[in-house]
Amino acid sequence: MIPVCRLEDLPEGESVRVATAPPIAVFRTEDGELYAIDDTCTHQDASLSEGWLEGCLVECPLHAASFDLRTGEPTCLPARRPVRTHRVTVEDGVVHVHLGAEEGTAA
Amino acid sequence: MRTVTIVGASLAGLYAARELRAQGFDGRLVIVGAEPHRPYDRPPLSKDFLTGRTDESRLSLADADETAALDAEWLLGVRARGLDTRGRTVLLGDGRTVATDGVVIATGAAARRLPGDGLAGVHTLRTLDDARALRAELTRGPRRVVVIGGGFIGAETASSCARLGHAVTVVEAAPLPLLPQLGARMATVCAALHRRGGVDLLTGSGVAALRGATTVTGVDLADGRTLPADVVIVGIGTVPHTAWLAGSALALHDGVLCDDGGVTALPQVVAVGDVARVGGTRAEHWTSATEQPRAAVTNLLAGHTRVTARTVPYFWSDQYDSRIQFAGRYREGDAVHVTEGEITDGGLPGPSGFLARYERDGRTVAVLGVDRPRAFMRARRELRRAEGQRDDRRTAAPTDAVA
Repeated sequence: MIPVCRLEDLPEGESVRVATAPPIAVFRTEDGELYAIDDTCTHQDASLSEGWLEGCLVECPLHAASFDLRTGEPTCLPARRPVRTHRVTVEDGVVHVHLGAEEGTAA
Repeated sequence: MRTVTIVGASLAGLYAARELRAQGFDGRLVIVGAEPHRPYDRPPLSKDFLTGRTDESRLSLADADETAALDAEWLLGVRARGLDTRGRTVLLGDGRTVATDGVVIATGAAARRLPGDGLAGVHTLRTLDDARALRAELTRGPRRVVVIGGGFIGAETASSCARLGHAVTVVEAAPLPLLPQLGARMATVCAALHRRGGVDLLTGSGVAALRGATTVTGVDLADGRTLPADVVIVGIGTVPHTAWLAGSALALHDGVLCDDGGVTALPQVVAVGDVARVGGTRAEHWTSATEQPRAAVTNLLAGHTRVTARTVPYFWSDQYDSRIQFAGRYREGDAVHVTEGEITDGGLPGPSGFLARYERDGRTVAVLGVDRPRAFMRARRELRRAEGQRDDRRTAAPTDAVA
């Protein structure tokens, strides 16, 4: 379990990058939901935490691949492989990421 | 339409195949490729592939499942040699012919050559085989590398060579690198990136000749100087692959001339990617090669131009640990303002990069981001939205723009 930041420091519609290995991107959607996925686009080297967030989709800033934050699945080319998803909790006002156990799981 | 032949098995050709199947074409699909390889991604060749950070398995553009789903006949390692005047027969280099109802031309472009570049040690960087050969040579110990041309390929290759520990000089004929693409102020930043990366940049220097008997030993400059070199990389632009279309009914002028929808002089022949001059522009951008096939395939299947492929041009370049992203159309005389972040006194991007806007007649026509991806993405979206609105006002049916 990795502490990320205080919830109020992650406004709705924003994201934060956690410098784990590999790095993780944590998103807070406009609806207030929290999601965490691997930060590096599966197509090429770009940080998804710098991407465009719309609903539950994030668009890669380099080539516009798009991923569903809920499943990690790509929703359009050029990405063809999913990113890993990670569970997010808030404890005492602090956002925590729970690292997904397996490579390639999308749940 | 029972048979469609895609000539060219790279990015634009693959995307055309995907679009044909996605748009319901269930006939015979033939894909002709001059290279022996299945479609692969070229941008990493000058970057992570050259430095060894990525390998060939990561370059593949389609996996086995997708390839099977496309249900295409792949004719690889064979060049197209001609297209008959009716556009119904593709002639292949090995003497075979393919009878077809529709043709997608996606033959791309070749690296422009320099006289005398047959010497050992002289490279271009366009194909996987080019990159393999250069990578092999760069792993044989420190080399004196001269890169001719300070454009994207030149800058990225120079950056990769410097990262590998070679002594690198870039020779650029213009007063600054990337001057026509970015304008003087931003080109100055790119010049500073070369220097930050420990690379010598010689600007305003034309190349007179390559020196050497069988192996290159140096580069003679027009001003009389000679740069000693073990490896020379020629990055002076491209020539579209259109020679095979001589004698066809298609209009050729630095590319295959098409309308805004990718349709050529023959309605059942469309062109996409680096070889296509769409609505007057040959874009040569990765993103254009992925966007144009949608409209071109729609029009091919419709038999006339029903939609246009007008988009805001976009390209990116990774050099010396900086990421440059550009969207829009720059013209000489546009005013350039840094609107976020900063450029340091040394001409380098500040610690959190910068965003610059190009303005003409009071509106933004292009945006440039250096190490500022989030701001760039927002600005690029604004630009696309603004252009879309202008297009909506300008065009009345029958053609609809597709994203």
